[in-house]
Amino acid sequence: MNWTLAVPELVLVLCGLATLTIGVLGDKAKSHAGLATWLSIASLLFAGVLVLLSPSGIGLGGVFINDAFARFMKIVAIGGAILAMAVGFDSNRRAGLRHFEFPVLMVFSTAGMMVMASSANLMTLYIGLELQSFALYVLCAIDRDRLGSSEAGLKYFVLGSLASGLLLYGLSLVYGFSGSLDYAAIATALHAGAISPGLLVGMVFVVVGLVFKLSAVPFHMWTPDVYEGAPASVTAFLAGAPKVAAFALLIRVLLGPLGALAHQWQLLIEIVAVCSMVLGSLAAIAQTDIKRLMAYSSIGHMGYALMGIAAGNEAGTTATLVYLFTYVVMNAGAFACIVAMRRRGEAQTDIAALAGLGRRDPALAMGMAIFMFSMAGVPPLAGFFGKLLVFVAAVKSGLWVLAGVGIVTSVIGAFYYLRVVRVMYFDTPAEAFDARARSTSAVALVSGLATAGFVLIWAPVMAAAALAARSLLAGTVG
Amino acid sequence: MIAPGIGIGHYLTLSAILLTLGIFGIFMNRRNIIVIMMSIELILLAANINLIAFSAVLHEISGQVFVLFVLTVAAAEAAIGLAILMTYFRNRGSIQVEDVKLMKG
Repeated sequence: MNWTLAVPELVLVLCGLATLTIGVLGDKAKSHAGLATWLSIASLLFAGVLVLLSPSGIGLGGVFINDAFARFMKIVAIGGAILAMAVGFDSNRRAGLRHFEFPVLMVFSTAGMMVMASSANLMTLYIGLELQSFALYVLCAIDRDRLGSSEAGLKYFVLGSLASGLLLYGLSLVYGFSGSLDYAAIATALHAGAISPGLLVGMVFVVVGLVFKLSAVPFHMWTPDVYEGAPASVTAFLAGAPKVAAFALLIRVLLGPLGALAHQWQLLIEIVAVCSMVLGSLAAIAQTDIKRLMAYSSIGHMGYALMGIAAGNEAGTTATLVYLFTYVVMNAGAFACIVAMRRRGEAQTDIAALAGLGRRDPALAMGMAIFMFSMAGVPPLAGFFGKLLVFVAAVKSGLWVLAGVGIVTSVIGAFYYLRVVRVMYFDTPAEAFDARARSTSAVALVSGLATAGFVLIWAPVMAAAALAARSLLAGTVG
Repeated sequence: MIAPGIGIGHYLTLSAILLTLGIFGIFMNRRNIIVIMMSIELILLAANINLIAFSAVLHEISGQVFVLFVLTVAAAEAAIGLAILMTYFRNRGSIQVEDVKLMKG
């Protein structure tokens, strides 16, 4: 019963509860959102340090595992949460969202993601996933006096619960036909015996549930509506860290307990990846709203990242992990720029509102251009390296069709990313935006530097991802 | 223990029927969002029946422990869902399914 492995999660949850108590007991007349945000960022940073220091091993009666893979995923998820929280700090104040619950819910959701990354048992998988999702449902509906926000929350809740229900049904079948809830025991049972149809049905349900959380095609219907309806600060969070956690689960389950079914799930993942890449690039062309554009862009990105899982080996997993790192960084930066789009106190989400930004606010336009070029995969920016790695991994595993579709769709995708850049630099300037907040500029600056100078941090990120992939595939804790 | 004359197949059939009812309840329902929430509960209960039946057949207790966790999660889910529905109703003045169409994907 080695509970010390879960210290980062326990500390994070306790910090969240303490922040909640301060907010509830504090003076009712004034808002505690600022204080709560600072406390939450501090507790996330503290949890991040604890994750880095945490030992490897299996604890809590075998339901919780800590290895290099879990640490990598937790650090990326915590980083995404901190960036999103900093983006939301000022944008919430200007939007009149003064709930101190906002950062606390993000903390709880992040704790759920960390549990997901460390799951060694189907029970931990489900509990972690639901802890993460429940906080997100509430976050989407947090702007409770606006119809758009509550409708986004309702849609996300209904479809998300449906996906969780299907996932749970799949888990029950996997349990029944393998005889255990434990990942290691399931893997042993599957390698030993014949594969029953019940197990395959269970596997399909599990993949469907997780793919929904990734918002990959054909379970993407909720994404554009929820991204558009939720407050921009929530969308910034929703598009980053939760995807990392869902990927952590998908990789852990498919390569671990369900590794014996690789031939069966590989085809499934390939189909989902191709559909996501194609829909993500084609549907984005017609969008005029920047948040909907980002929604389709994230659908496409999930397709590319899935390519690495389809390869199903160490190189593919490493590629997916690096891809997720670059995605979280450039996504946070892009949303920092989107949050800065305010005119006389009103949030602007129309792409046309960016017209002539290159002359009005050269720094912001520069940042946005870097993120758009990076998402399109232009070298030497971060997005290029992620794409390169997944393409190489796919080709090396003989998945030529997948790599071919990926290259064609990234060329099509470049069209709509470059359209944003064209609007910023070549259209006649529109009215200026409000002054940027310092926190928003800081996030854009940090992400911009990391995206533009990715060549410099490339080696350590790659080494950490390779170590994570190796620890996962070796199946040993160390 | 599973009663004599009733095998695991019967339980799996029952849970499959409940799952189908739940999914159809969500997609064919044109009236009320409360009905959708009931359908979601139905799906969770279908999974619970599976878990308990398997647990009894396999003589393995962890499936029943899982069910207790799922019941707790389902309660939290219902509370959150009703809270979101309340805020939606205050803004929209209706909980008809066809009224949820401010944004079209």
